[in-house]
Amino acid sequence: MTAATATTTAPATGTTFDTAAVKAQFPFLTRLIDGRPIHYLDSGNTSQKPRAVIDAMTAFTETSYAPINRSAYRMAAEATEAYEGARAKVAGFVNAGHPDEIIFTKNATEALNLVAQSWGRANLGAGDVVVLTHLEHHANIVPWHQLAAERGIELRWVPLTSDGQLDLSGLAHLLDGATVFSFSAMSNVLGTLTPVAELCAAAHDAGALAVVDACQYVPHNPTDVQAWGADFAAFSSHKMCGPSGIGALWGRAELLDATPPFLGGGNMIADVRLDGYTPAPVPAKFEAGTPPITEAVGFGAAVDFLEGLGMDAVRAHEVELTRYALTTLTDRFGDDLTIHGPLDLDVRGGVLSFAFRDVHPHDVSQVLDQANVCVRAGHHCAKPLMRLLGVAATARASLYLYNDEADVDALADGLDSATDIFGF
Amino acid sequence: MPGLEDLYREIILDHYRSPRNRGELPSPPAQVAEGHNPLCGDEIVVYLQLDGDTVSDVKVGGQGCSISQSSASMMTQAITGKSLAEVRSLVRRFKSMMSIETDDDGDETAGASDTDIALGDLEALQGVVKFPVRIKCATLAWNTLLDAVDRPAG
Repeated sequence: MTAATATTTAPATGTTFDTAAVKAQFPFLTRLIDGRPIHYLDSGNTSQKPRAVIDAMTAFTETSYAPINRSAYRMAAEATEAYEGARAKVAGFVNAGHPDEIIFTKNATEALNLVAQSWGRANLGAGDVVVLTHLEHHANIVPWHQLAAERGIELRWVPLTSDGQLDLSGLAHLLDGATVFSFSAMSNVLGTLTPVAELCAAAHDAGALAVVDACQYVPHNPTDVQAWGADFAAFSSHKMCGPSGIGALWGRAELLDATPPFLGGGNMIADVRLDGYTPAPVPAKFEAGTPPITEAVGFGAAVDFLEGLGMDAVRAHEVELTRYALTTLTDRFGDDLTIHGPLDLDVRGGVLSFAFRDVHPHDVSQVLDQANVCVRAGHHCAKPLMRLLGVAATARASLYLYNDEADVDALADGLDSATDIFGF
Repeated sequence: MPGLEDLYREIILDHYRSPRNRGELPSPPAQVAEGHNPLCGDEIVVYLQLDGDTVSDVKVGGQGCSISQSSASMMTQAITGKSLAEVRSLVRRFKSMMSIETDDDGDETAGASDTDIALGDLEALQGVVKFPVRIKCATLAWNTLLDAVDRPAG
């Protein structure tokens, strides 16, 4: 999965927001360490939070925090309204058919577990086939492994091409007889964008459910779950400028209605008797216990923030910055630096996993840290993909709406320091 | 912020570039243990050949960063020819230097006799404690060694 030169076939699209002004809205990014700015290139891991999100959560906590869905006083009704308002915002952001198609979860991982545990247990038995891809991270692998161990289902894997895209040549064969096809919309390791609508159609042609792990995709691209034709999609607030502790599962209404509850407890019931219980309707059915209320408000504020910038503009910004990063790193380091994954900007996002000479990623990250350049070093919770790449770990720089060319330049300068220390 | 020169001492880089005792030993008779650093994906395999109570040979396989690899390399040199009691003492001294000893646990605390065991080149890893994230890199080989000691051959 290497290539020496970046192919940049995507059309040149100008940044349609002022990056400096955007960056200034993120308090974390205005912090100086050793008198120098932070170059945060780890948004594929988790994103920083804009002032608008921080303020929305603070204001809600100070003036409006109260229980939801269970008390009759006005403040509780106001809190419930804020919580449900956030659900509506998130639903609109991904073009869900109805706000109730959004289930608030702890994160995308829990959303995928909900599908595997609740839908899967109700619908999958010995011999049933679940198709995954070699791009998946652990959250879209382990829940299916758990189900496989419990139910004896068969897992099949869509392989990759040499440049880290899905190899779809045998897809129809893999999907033959499958019940579920669960795949990433965007790889958190290689940045690969997958043809989601095409994959959903292929799943349906085979009679399989289409589950989309959209956790890396939604923060960086305009998303329309209905245009995808998907059945379920999972994503997380913390990767899209919102707080951690809350994520979402979108599901088609009739599927959610037919899926048994996930966790049991308060809020998810219509009635509880000594001899059993009746679940509440969707979405409460899947939201047992007191949810992350303030975090939901923050999630909604993050959606407002992103919509204010426009997701087309966010994607355009990242395409341009990724182009700059690919060109800069290739020009400065040539064959000494290998970027994993596709180089065609039409099919990749701003996630750059790379190998630098034979300096271990952990050491690369350590040296970059001296220059306040934050990258992730490790297996990125995708150990099967790491093994396919033939590496134990990679260094990964991931770009977001608040990054600029100075961040990329700092990365390249930091790599020069690594060369100095490791003595090539 | 501590400088990188505290971390990447010349002797560490030397062991990283030219690791000593890399490879495998047939098992049995060698005792083998695998260690993982879940944080960064580093993997290490320690092959320990005992002659009675003495370490007659040790080899290290796997892959990792400069700190985990150099620590493993220095460890193999330090324990070859040592008795198991001396090895355990050395592990305690090394982990004590990494500041992860627990005072309330008698088994883990370095005893007076441990000071008889010289750390030698291993002292170069002292700077790692200024970079807490890397302590697990430095101790990976040592924890894996303890597993190998406790594991019967085969």
